[in-house]
Amino acid sequence: MDDILEILESNSRISLKDLGKLTGKSKTALEKSIKKYEKNGTIVKYKTIINRQKIKGDKGVVALIEVKITPQKDVGFDLVAQRIYRFPEVKSCYLLSGTYDLLLLVEGDDIHTVASFVSEKLAPLSSVRGTATHFMLKKYKEDGVILVKQEKNKRLAITC
Amino acid sequence: MIAKQIKKIQPSGIREFFDLVLGMPEVISLGVGEPDFITPWRIREKAITALEEGYTSYTSNQGLLVLRQDISDHYKKKYALTYNPKNEILITVGVSEGLDLALRAVVNPGDKVIVVSPHFVAFPALAQMAHAKVLYLLTKEEEGFKINPKALKELVKQNPKAIILNYPSNPTGITYTKKELKEIWKVLSKKDIVVISDETYDELTYKDVHTSFPSLDKKAKARTILLNGFSKGYAMTGFRVGFVCGNKEIIEAMTKIHSYSMMCGPIISQIASSEALRAQKEVKQMRLAYQRRRDFIVKEFNRLGLKTIKPQGAFYCFVSLKKYKIDSLEFAKKLLFQEKVAVVPGTAFGKEYSSYIRISYATSLDDLKNAIIAIERFLNKL
Repeated sequence: MDDILEILESNSRISLKDLGKLTGKSKTALEKSIKKYEKNGTIVKYKTIINRQKIKGDKGVVALIEVKITPQKDVGFDLVAQRIYRFPEVKSCYLLSGTYDLLLLVEGDDIHTVASFVSEKLAPLSSVRGTATHFMLKKYKEDGVILVKQEKNKRLAITC
Repeated sequence: MIAKQIKKIQPSGIREFFDLVLGMPEVISLGVGEPDFITPWRIREKAITALEEGYTSYTSNQGLLVLRQDISDHYKKKYALTYNPKNEILITVGVSEGLDLALRAVVNPGDKVIVVSPHFVAFPALAQMAHAKVLYLLTKEEEGFKINPKALKELVKQNPKAIILNYPSNPTGITYTKKELKEIWKVLSKKDIVVISDETYDELTYKDVHTSFPSLDKKAKARTILLNGFSKGYAMTGFRVGFVCGNKEIIEAMTKIHSYSMMCGPIISQIASSEALRAQKEVKQMRLAYQRRRDFIVKEFNRLGLKTIKPQGAFYCFVSLKKYKIDSLEFAKKLLFQEKVAVVPGTAFGKEYSSYIRISYATSLDDLKNAIIAIERFLNKL
């Protein structure tokens, strides 16, 4: 992977100046590369990982929902999946092998919002054969980042 | 009460400075000689499992055969070097022990040993403890802190018993190309000199691939005691595992000393080290991170007018203070008190290097950035 992408993936807020110092590339060259990546969809979006557990009064809940669906002729799962992932409540949607077909990550203000999404929007779809909803209790790690306790090195401040 | 030989060894002049740093909280330190990464998890996991499985005993004096076999395979694959795991490899407690054993195994009282300066602090001290007389080969900034074959040729006229090489180097970060090593070997091969090659930082080589000294030719292999370990490249300093590769005769002699003074390396660490050799992906990631920090810090120091040669290995650079005409210890002390940034004075690595400081970039990019801001402010007031 290109150096620029690797650095941006771990810190998308890095300044062009620092990025230049790390990669040895000029500001214009960097801007050009980044634009290219943005345009061709390599860089999809710049986002921030927030540990919601740290926000006082944050009431959001997250649920993982397993969905069994009936595939349709010619288009397989894609059309049903599309129908489902277009719901704004669905944050992520994956087609999986195994005992069920789709795995959804759904966010809502509270348990009731998620429950009504399942019972009123998701389950009634004719191609949905069944659902199982798991509410998330605690996030330990997200996108490769450990959220709970960061390890710190315990080196002495000076050694030869 | 204390033996003359030990009394003779000068306590490092910067010990006092180190104590100052250690007594100061919230220092940004560019003075640490070890990785800032914590040992990759898969290696730690292996150590935990070893404990759970009850591996708490001694191992053979030479170390676990499986680890020696893994090291042998690694050297064959990486450097096309063949060492028989049964009698040509010894597991030591860190590379420092390997160095101590090597010197004690080959030096007779009064023998001369060449140390290339600026040098790692332990080299002259261990040589003296082995009753050697140290011959210093001073390298110069103008020559990229590399050994000048002519100067070496001059020095070997004194018939030294051994030379200690260390590349990539602590404290300069410089390393040698195969061609340069061949020139050094050309000088050394004419005499009967043992080459003690400390290649602790071989995994942290940035531009060209590292050339292991014994891989130069058959004769070089026969005459070289190769030292390496897991501390730096694998971020395992606390595990204390090093190893020595050499001919049967030298390994046997070193094992003799090791078996009486150390018995064996810690078994848990040895098991973890086997796993380390399989963690090449993690090593590569760390190397990449160091490389980026190096590019950053070298550029910044040169921008500040502190001339810095771009090092090709390890995680150090040796920064010149010549422009400011200030002694390295004074510089380090003032910088510590005024800006709470710690660096190591060049004199720690040889008294002639009082116009240099050693910078370690095994520190997070944020710390490096803040250190640079502080140093810039400091220089403006100088």
